Order: sequence, then C-alpha cells, then structure tokens
Amino acid sequence: MRHDHIITAKQLSREDIEAVLDRAAEFDADPGAALDRHPGKLLALAFYEPSTRTKMSFETAIKRLGGDVIDMGPVEYSSVKKGESLADTVRVIEGYADAIALRHPMEGSATMASQFVDVPLLNAGDGAGQHPTQTLLDLYTIREQAGLDDITIGIMGDLKYGRTVHSLAHALTNFDTRQHFISPESLKLPRNVRYDLHEEGAQVREHDSLDEILPELDVLYVTRIQRERFPDENEYQKVAGQFTIDVETLESADDDLTIMHPLPRVDEIDPAIDDLDNATYFEQAHNGVPVRMAILDMLL
Amino acid sequence: MTDIDTELRVSKIQNGTVIDHVTGGEALHVLSIIGIDGSGGETVSVGINVPSDRLGRKDIVKVEGRELSQSEVDVLSLIAPDATINIIREYEVTEKQCVERPEEVTGVLECPNPNCITNAGEPVDTRFEVLSDGVRCEYCDTIIREDLTEHIKS
Repeated sequence: MRHDHIITAKQLSREDIEAVLDRAAEFDADPGAALDRHPGKLLALAFYEPSTRTKMSFETAIKRLGGDVIDMGPVEYSSVKKGESLADTVRVIEGYADAIALRHPMEGSATMASQFVDVPLLNAGDGAGQHPTQTLLDLYTIREQAGLDDITIGIMGDLKYGRTVHSLAHALTNFDTRQHFISPESLKLPRNVRYDLHEEGAQVREHDSLDEILPELDVLYVTRIQRERFPDENEYQKVAGQFTIDVETLESADDDLTIMHPLPRVDEIDPAIDDLDNATYFEQAHNGVPVRMAILDMLL
Repeated sequence: MTDIDTELRVSKIQNGTVIDHVTGGEALHVLSIIGIDGSGGETVSVGINVPSDRLGRKDIVKVEGRELSQSEVDVLSLIAPDATINIIREYEVTEKQCVERPEEVTGVLECPNPNCITNAGEPVDTRFEVLSDGVRCEYCDTIIREDLTEHIKS
C-alpha cells in the first residue's frame, strides 16, 4: 500500500485491500508476536465524536505493535472549545505523534485535515461520509466467512447517513459482488454513492423490503436506522419495524448466511440471533484490532 | 434576424469583454459570477433572450473596461457551455475564445451540504470536480446538478 493517508474507501484498490487483509491475517494468528514492529511509535487519537470500538481498537492495535497512544480527550476539555480550527489542531498534533486517527462529525473533515499534515492521517469516520478502516475490517470478516468474490450481499438500514455503508459499497466494487440495498425510501443511498457505483459498473439493486431478496444472500449487513435523523417521528414509526431481523425472519435465509453489523445495535437484530452460527458481528468488531494493526504497520 | 443584427441592439464597447452565446436567461447569473452588481461603476450592456441562429435564444453581456480572469471563465463554462468570450480593444475584437469546461473549480462555489467541512470556517477553499452534468464537492462528495448559480459564493 503506497498511500500517505487513509481517507476514503475509494482510494483503495483490490491489491491494497488484499495486502491489508493478508497482513491482518498474520497478526490475527499471533497478535502478541508483533510487539517489536513499531516500538516507541505514537498514534494520536483525535476523536471529536463518541466512539467505543474504533477508538479502543486503534489503541489496542498500536500497543500490540509496540507503540502507544496520545489522546486528545473529550472535545469539551480541548482547545476546540476555545475556537481552535481543525486545521490548527492537527498541525499541532503532528508535532507530537507519528500518525493521527481522526473522528469528526463533519463530512470531508479527514480530507481537509490530511492537507495540513505530513504524518499519516487515518479517517476514523467523518460525519455521514466515509469510514474506510471499518470497511477494511468488514472486508476481512466477509473474506473469512464467505469469500470476497462471487457473493451476494444485502446491506440494510440507514443507507443515507451510514458512513460504514458508503465505504463498504465503494470497496466491494473491487470484487465480483452483487450488492442489494434495502432501506426505507427516505434513507436510500445518497446520490454521490449511487453515482460512483454506476461509474464502476457495479451490480446494484435497491429494495424496500428484505423478504424479496433474503434467500439469495450470502451476507446480510445490518445497520441501525437512526431515529434522530427523521424530521417526523411518525415517518420513523412507519419504517422502524420493517428493518429489523429475528430468528423467524431468517427462516427463508440460506443456512450459511453471514449476519454482520458495525455496532452499536439498538433493536435491529434480536438478541436471540446472537447464539446462531450466522451471527458474526462481535467477531467483526474483534477483527478491528488485527486489521488496524495491519494498516498502521503499513503506514508507519 | 442574424446574430450580427441582434448584437447591434447593444452598443459597441471601446475596451472590455463581450460574452456572447450565453444560454438564454442566464445573463444575470453571468454578471453575478464576474462580481458585477453595478456598484463598481462599470458600464454594462445586457441583452436577454435575443434571437440567435445558433441557439434560438441567447443572452449577451458587454462589460466596458473589464477582462475576465480564468477562474471566472471556468465557472462561466458551467452555466454557459456555449459561450464565446471576445476581448475588445479600441472597438476591435482582439481575442476570441470558447469556454472550456475545467476539471475542477476552486473557491467560487459554496457546498450546499451544511455538514461539509468547507462550511465550518476552516482555512480552505471549496473545490469541486466538474462532472459531465454537474459538479461534485471534493471534500464531502455532494453532487450539484441543478441551479448551480444559486451556489456561487457571494
């Protein structure tokens, strides 16, 4: 991988992705064996939004590589509260750390921040934009469960604001996949993502119900419908129950269906599914560590 | 009525720019792009929806004492792809060029996405990739296809 920064899934070629996943598999096999890879290296965590998995897995990853983290801490206790621009903040941080992981609520923030620093900048989620390292761990999980070619994947839920969806959809165009998007009309894929998928010649179909496509799926990627995005509570109530799954829902699914979710979930997946072999979302979250180890190892 | 006839409806200028073959009805947007609102004292002549052999209807803008910058021409190309720009010196056309769509436009359009980082007061210019049928923010990916002129920075 020859990139200076990881900003969007669109920048990743099939070769890039496979290189990361292969390296991740090595680390996954023996996570404790990599402590001599990057001793003394520091990763700065600049998280302007709450995060559990992404932040902790980055922290674990750099420590597993022999490095350490510095953490900007909560925004309310930082110079951001004094009115410091993001551009200035990252320029200060690059003097302290060897790489920066940035989570920010505004789209395009990682692209902009990367223009102001020379150390690698990793987009850990920019508003409703992109979340490329999540996508790499999603792909790692899919490769382990179903392979990355000749698969049919359904992506269901909030496709409009779901940055993990946007990144994943882009990345899947590198492989022989059939993508089905299932959502309420109000939360369909945004115009820019559909534009890219069309430009890439991706095999894409959109649906307003899971029923019609479930039997064909090898992978079902569920995301949370974000109630807070709906301007009208009544509109939310119309769609909420239609985009959840339980054991009964899965009766028409293939036995080998892999069920994924970037987490956190609220009520999209009934906890009774957790005990099925199909449920992969906790393993998916755990894969964040070896995958982010691989990314950091290749950039530092 | 020929294009030459219709051009005579608007007086000749001594020095400046004539923007011809502007899409009918877009002349006022052209003035907005080049930052002319009358307060600068320039002499401006505008023909709106005049008959044209080539376009059916077209607009013409003549600006005395002013030549367009390349960035102005770039944005102009987005709303008036058929426009021709004539530089006038001593009543003669000394340069004539057709506009060309650039690969990107910088600093002239605002991103309509309120959650785009370019609307957050950060020290960056907006940057839009020019698509075949619109433009796309290079920060947040938002695509604008309609009403481009509404997004020109004031």
